[in-house]
Amino acid sequence: MEQFFNAVLAVLVALGAAGLYFWGSNWLLDNFLKSDKAASDSSTRQDRLRSSIRPWLFLAPALLFLSLYLVYPVFETVRLSLYNANGTRFVGLSNYIWAFGDGNFRQSLLNNFLWLLIVPALATAFGLVIAVLADRLWWGNIAKSLIFMPMAISFVGASIIWRFVYAYRGPDQPQIGVLNAIVTGWGMPPQNWITMVPWNSFFLMVILIWIQTGFAMVILSAALRGIPEETLEAARIDGANEVQIFFTIMIPQITGTLIVVWTTITITVLKVFDIVFAMTGGQFQTEVLANLMYSWMFRSGDFGRGSTIAVVILLAVLPIMIWNVRNANREQGTR
Amino acid sequence: MSTATAAPATAAPADTTRSSFLSRIKLGRLAANLALILIVVLWTFPSAGLLISSVRDANQLSMSGWWTAFTSSTSQGASRLGSADDQVEENGQYVITGDVLPEGNLSLDAFGITSRDPGAFEAGDVVEMPQGGQLVVDETGLYRWTSAEPFDHSGGPRVYYVASEPPRFTLDNYVSVLTANGIGQSFINSLTVAIPATVVPILIAAFAAYALAWMSFPGRGILVAVIVGLLVVPLQMSLIPILRFYNGVADVFGGQAKGYLGVWLAHTAFGLPLAIFLLRNYMVGLPREIMESARMDGASHFQIFTTMVLPLSFPALASFAIFQFLWVWNDLLVALIFLGSQNTELVLTGRLINLLGTRGNNWELLTAGAFISMIVPLVVFFSLQRYFVRGLLAGSVKGG
Repeated sequence: MEQFFNAVLAVLVALGAAGLYFWGSNWLLDNFLKSDKAASDSSTRQDRLRSSIRPWLFLAPALLFLSLYLVYPVFETVRLSLYNANGTRFVGLSNYIWAFGDGNFRQSLLNNFLWLLIVPALATAFGLVIAVLADRLWWGNIAKSLIFMPMAISFVGASIIWRFVYAYRGPDQPQIGVLNAIVTGWGMPPQNWITMVPWNSFFLMVILIWIQTGFAMVILSAALRGIPEETLEAARIDGANEVQIFFTIMIPQITGTLIVVWTTITITVLKVFDIVFAMTGGQFQTEVLANLMYSWMFRSGDFGRGSTIAVVILLAVLPIMIWNVRNANREQGTR
Repeated sequence: MSTATAAPATAAPADTTRSSFLSRIKLGRLAANLALILIVVLWTFPSAGLLISSVRDANQLSMSGWWTAFTSSTSQGASRLGSADDQVEENGQYVITGDVLPEGNLSLDAFGITSRDPGAFEAGDVVEMPQGGQLVVDETGLYRWTSAEPFDHSGGPRVYYVASEPPRFTLDNYVSVLTANGIGQSFINSLTVAIPATVVPILIAAFAAYALAWMSFPGRGILVAVIVGLLVVPLQMSLIPILRFYNGVADVFGGQAKGYLGVWLAHTAFGLPLAIFLLRNYMVGLPREIMESARMDGASHFQIFTTMVLPLSFPALASFAIFQFLWVWNDLLVALIFLGSQNTELVLTGRLINLLGTRGNNWELLTAGAFISMIVPLVVFFSLQRYFVRGLLAGSVKGG
């Protein structure tokens, strides 16, 4: 309990310090670059000086955090990926050469690729179907809340839920996992799904699809509501049926949102760590890059190889990052 | 809604098509209802299993699927009757009594005296024993073996039984996982990490967002672009340099490299890009006239920010706070790396991973522990869903 009070104390101290900084630095700025009413000429210059300093006072703490924790590490990780295990000796590209010759790494690349192919596609598709269905039924909002719920819980919690679904026991014992109960109910032998290469990777993907569908559904549902009712009405009067309306009017109207949902889930997939860590620890050929990086960094303490894998993840994210930045810039331009 | 209003409009010109059109709509609606029900059941079934299992009796949980939790479970077993040493003489008859059922809340449905047919007789039947005498077993498992001749067997013969147990629900799983398995301590640890890591970034981000939204200075566009870029930088890029940095600081100044301070700062920094992005997008949309008239009246940026923008931005602040809280509470990786790995130092997610490793088959503990870790996010989620959804929309649609 004492530790909890310490946390509350830390909040107060941090808020106090931040408040004091923002208020104090403003006060200093206002008082030490005081505009002198008599000399209007110099006062405008000082005003200009003040208004060119003030934004940076507002930004400084955020920039400090961002540069120390996110910008500098990007460069440092790239540098470390060219060094040996404890970062003392330059080794050139040998970490990268090792990586592409390493069976585990290639397995991770392949698995990540499969995750990328399957999870965003299915999560977006399910989300779209659910959004369309739920918007036309009176109990649609209840359904959406229930499907959205997995977004709130941790990947670890979701993994436990699904490990229970996949639970396996020998053929002579009662099956307490739903999936094996269904399988044995049909007279087939129970399967140990988690160790079942290569299908086990897909059983892990199901977990992320289960989580991310709610996200896709919420965003797409909002986009569908944005389609003008007159457009849909006009199509119906022209005799289009619901399936035609879905494919020829709804989908083209929300293409932009579909891409955003797709890319957002893609980024989540690239960073997926918790699910694999909790379900298999990367065994049984389910390894993915994020988990492999953790293994090399902590189990083996090899910062060079860990950094190399992190850089590979960054390279995979990079196209989406550039695309996002360009879109944001375009939006700013029109504002 | 929309299909129903469309019906009369389309059906008006030709009355003959009206009935078939309406029936098609009804059919379509039925299909939509069924499809959505199926999806909702599929989506909630796994979570329901977790919740129900967590309050089931541990023995029942390991013997039968959770979907049978509300029906009695049957089990089979065997036990030995008493030997000749246990007999007593009653009114000229020799009697052996005892209980064939083990401890517990079982009730006997049937019994048998051969392993081939364990349910040959119903409770209360009188059975002639091959060893001599008659055996009666009642529903509570009590048996009475009577004979006119004295018994002389040494080892008691086996009796097989089929017993059923009514469903039993209990909170014992929660008690044991909270105390004996340390989930209670981890719960406090998670709160300790999450509260400062949620509150601190908000203030820092709000000032930065205001500057990016309403102050003009050279480099503003580039800064916004950098923040949009940082939104998607994988956490994995930061782990090794920050860990080395913390180790270095601990070496120079003494003290621990791993601890709450490091986690708080790391979570604060990792949450900042989203916070600044969300808040800036929101603040940009505030009405320009209010800002400008306040500037005319001589209000400084600091005054405008604290007295107008901050209160007006409450919905965006709430959205971000929910995001950040859920993200920190549910995080595994950052806590795993920047917090110690002693059992008393683990947050809930880390603790659950350990439980999975050591008690992987004790589903009564795993389900209860997992549910405890979900209570807080679920309460936050369902009570503040509106803000959460708003944040999601602002974060992704505008960002794209």
